[in-house]
Amino acid sequence: MLGLIGKKIGMTQLFDADGKVTPVTVLKAGPCRVVSKRSVEDHGYEALQLGYEEIKEKNCPRPVAGHFKKNGSPLYRYLREFRPSYGQEIDAYEVGTELKVDMFDLSDTVTVTANSKGRGFAGVMKRHNFGGFEQSHGVHESFRGPGAIGQCATPARVFKGTKLPGQMGNERVSVRHLRVMKVDLENGLIMVKGAVPGHRNSLVLIQKES
Amino acid sequence: MDILQQVGRDQFRTDFPEYRVGDTVKVHYKIKEGGKERIQVFQGIVIQKRGAGVSKTFTVRKVSNGVGVERIFPQHSPNIDKLEIVRFGRVRRAKLFYLRHAKGKASRIKERRRFTA
Repeated sequence: MLGLIGKKIGMTQLFDADGKVTPVTVLKAGPCRVVSKRSVEDHGYEALQLGYEEIKEKNCPRPVAGHFKKNGSPLYRYLREFRPSYGQEIDAYEVGTELKVDMFDLSDTVTVTANSKGRGFAGVMKRHNFGGFEQSHGVHESFRGPGAIGQCATPARVFKGTKLPGQMGNERVSVRHLRVMKVDLENGLIMVKGAVPGHRNSLVLIQKES
Repeated sequence: MDILQQVGRDQFRTDFPEYRVGDTVKVHYKIKEGGKERIQVFQGIVIQKRGAGVSKTFTVRKVSNGVGVERIFPQHSPNIDKLEIVRFGRVRRAKLFYLRHAKGKASRIKERRRFTA
């Protein structure tokens, strides 16, 4: 799916014409430039490589700078590839094309991908919504534990996939079908209904569905 | 953070008089039903203001036929047609939840003295 690279600004709300309140996440997206293209002949797949957030040459690693210069592009902090979904064509996007938020229309739906907020090594109550135990009535030592995690001599092991404590968050998460509520061309903002993974200022990929 | 505040500020209602907790207000609220629009007036005491920016709300309480009724209005809702202050009240709390179980004399609110030029 084609899309833009952006940053999460935060959440707020919008009133519609009827006075109904919609919770929205504000994202600052683009402008992104097509730095290079992947093609079936040369790379085995089709994609647009987009750059986001210009940086100075001294802040750009040499090899990466070379890649930008080869394509006659300014230097960018972020490089991401977007593959066209079925039915989308990328032929129209030449190297050097600038993509802005105007590619999104009101009531389009988008997929937003980002790294979720890291919660560290989380217990089973936080990570899997387990109930825990009573705080009194004779419960001892185990208040937030998982309880039993299997049987006895058969099968004599813990099944794979059993919900246990572990790392929670800080993984790549996509949220699909978020409706575009507002597009601010002047400031490069796009507002989508509902929540988006990640903290403020985290990098998000906004992809157009359909 | 600035961008967020700006998005909110664009939707602000600035046409209301400054009201405080304890004031008695009349809220003229637009109600849309079946394609028709009419205005309903809700009069009562402001018992709390909460939130910040666009998501600020205020709660108005009245006693209707012996039953307490509270309504929460979004401060910046375009559905509020008009907001009038009927009486200025002097209170020493930010939240007047004690009114919920105050009876008779205890539920009175003193009038706030205001400078008149």
